[in-house]
Amino acid sequence: MDLSYGEAAEAFRAEVRAFLALHWPPPSDARGADLKQYIRTFRALATDQGYLYRAIPKCYGGSQQPVDVVRAQVIREEFVRARAPMEVGGNGMNMTVPTLLEKGSDAQKELFIRATLDGDYIWGQGYSEPGAGSDLASVRTRGELSADGDKWIINGQKIWTSQGMQATHMFMLVRTEPDAPKHDGITYLLIDLNQPGVTRRPIRQMTGEEGDHTFCEFFFDNAETPVSWQVGERGQGWHVSRTTLKHERASIGGAEGLGKQFAKLVELAKEVGRIDDPIVRDRLTQIEGSVLSHRYSSYRIFSCAAAGEDPGPVALMMKLLLTEIGHEMALLAQELIGEHGFVEPAGAGGRGNRGPRGPEKWLDQIMGSLGNSIAGGASNIQRNIIGERGLGLPRDLAMNGER
Amino acid sequence: MHFHLTEEQAAIQDAVRGTLADTWPIERLHAFADGDADFDRDSWQALMTLGLGGILLPDSGMGLLEAALVCEVAGEAAAAGPLIGQLLAVAAASASDKAGSHVDALVNGERVATVVHGGSAFVPCARAADLFLIVDRDAGVRLVPAGEGVTIEAVKASDRSRPVSKVEIADGAGDTLFAADDPMTARLADAALVLVAADALGGAQKVAAMSVAYAKEREQFGQPIGRFQALKHQLAHMALDVEPARALVWYAAYAWDVALPDTPRAAAMAKAHLCDIYVRTARAAVAAHGGIGYTWEYGLHYWFRRAMFDRAWLGSPAEHRARAATLAGW
Repeated sequence: MDLSYGEAAEAFRAEVRAFLALHWPPPSDARGADLKQYIRTFRALATDQGYLYRAIPKCYGGSQQPVDVVRAQVIREEFVRARAPMEVGGNGMNMTVPTLLEKGSDAQKELFIRATLDGDYIWGQGYSEPGAGSDLASVRTRGELSADGDKWIINGQKIWTSQGMQATHMFMLVRTEPDAPKHDGITYLLIDLNQPGVTRRPIRQMTGEEGDHTFCEFFFDNAETPVSWQVGERGQGWHVSRTTLKHERASIGGAEGLGKQFAKLVELAKEVGRIDDPIVRDRLTQIEGSVLSHRYSSYRIFSCAAAGEDPGPVALMMKLLLTEIGHEMALLAQELIGEHGFVEPAGAGGRGNRGPRGPEKWLDQIMGSLGNSIAGGASNIQRNIIGERGLGLPRDLAMNGER
Repeated sequence: MHFHLTEEQAAIQDAVRGTLADTWPIERLHAFADGDADFDRDSWQALMTLGLGGILLPDSGMGLLEAALVCEVAGEAAAAGPLIGQLLAVAAASASDKAGSHVDALVNGERVATVVHGGSAFVPCARAADLFLIVDRDAGVRLVPAGEGVTIEAVKASDRSRPVSKVEIADGAGDTLFAADDPMTARLADAALVLVAADALGGAQKVAAMSVAYAKEREQFGQPIGRFQALKHQLAHMALDVEPARALVWYAAYAWDVALPDTPRAAAMAKAHLCDIYVRTARAAVAAHGGIGYTWEYGLHYWFRRAMFDRAWLGSPAEHRARAATLAGW
């Protein structure tokens, strides 16, 4: 075992640092449009160097680098250290672009990838519906061809779309063959959200979060999209949606975030004067055992990825582990904040500058940690995945006919 | 960066696993558990023939990580014999100028050493031991030959695979290898914690795997019971408890091998965390099996008992978590 990244990686790190020293941060007087332009130019320079958009072909604005998880990790570490902007985030980079790269037509790649990388197109995910959550393949939003066969006409509702108020476009699963078996009747469509047939509404969350940055629900009332924006074959949308970004996906980023959050929990115990309480010390170290297990397991998964080896079932466990640790941290935080929790924190649940906040700010984590047990594959679905794919247990009868 | 097992390390585990499958099948464990012995010479010698005794020799090219991998497999098999004591005694004797004469016989397994936790009256495999390695953070490390001020009283031990006896060792018996303030004392105490954590990892992995295998084969309501989500989710949680914690043991052993500053804390965390997990997983395994798991003949109880031993031996999880909190400077 060796937790150093090796000499080659450290030489590369020096290179990245030198680049960052030269180009970041922007001049201190840069504001507004100037700052925006500076960031755009910075990203372009970093892409030229091969630091960003490594999985994206050059012809679509990426840097087309060979897979190297160690280099990717070094880049992440150095950009984070310099507080420099990395790739444009969100569903566009995580979902739309990889799907297009694998299943899109040349015209679609041409039309969407570069605009997404530049941050001009922001993508919302149109998967979940009020009646289709864990059983996603039961989506009922309808797509019907227009009389001339050029357009899909869409009617229905999508829900839990992140960045919904900002989104310019959506990738969505739509039922186009109502008589086919449920996995074979879905088509994967891209759609421009700025049209009369689309209405969006923010969902107010249990944390109190609302307004521009929360999830949205979308209503489609004869909304339209060109047939040329359909990705993959008609009726094959379920399989198109299974595309995931594998390129350099292994990172130890999640573990860093969890470690920081745990350090804040220790700070909270100090802040409220409970750090000498043996019960609190025991609970903290109990949780830390799991935090460290998560951290070192992410090293393990990362190390396997770097060596091109399969880490085995542990990779299937990381999301549920993170959720469970968040839950344990919430319970201890609740004990620690005591009556501070009677006061709603400033800007509850939201983002951005919220002014000074005391221990009550943990209400965000206490409630927000539950989001993890639902979003991106609910915890009971994760348990099924671990049981069936990880341990090889037979599928549940209700799902035996499913894929 | 390399943080997963090399082929050589995996091969060591395979060799130990194969040897124990041959020399320590469940039938042998049953017979041993019903007998009076606290040591099994055949399986012990088979392990020592693999060269395991010398893993912690300074020039072995291996270290605590390899020792932990071996202890993990011993935990899986519920192997008899004081393997942890033997490994540590070799590390201690080869690092001291007072015990050099024991090293060869310890490495080849002719002489058997067991660990005495400072302050504890109970010692595993004491009746078979030729040497007692007392590891006490407050008093240092001593090596005491059997018979020299050592009084042993047999008890009916609850852990049937590594039966303990009650042992009293006279003050001043044997040789002091390291004083309390010698860094080797803390290192040996830390190494012991990591090796128990590894035994617990192997045991927890074993009972979880037994539960999964049984859930695939046992049928009720016309279905393998592992198809039912209630049980599937319990089994998933057992795996979720055990598998990520494997890396915690690796890290603690790696930290010890390269002497990272957080070695003592990593050892304490690994011991506390894995021993809790072992007990929890062993309980869940009996529950998951149902009636068969509650029988003597099925044998789950050997690991269940071993889990209780690992948890309490060398200090409870609560004790080591309290140490870890202090070591963190909280």
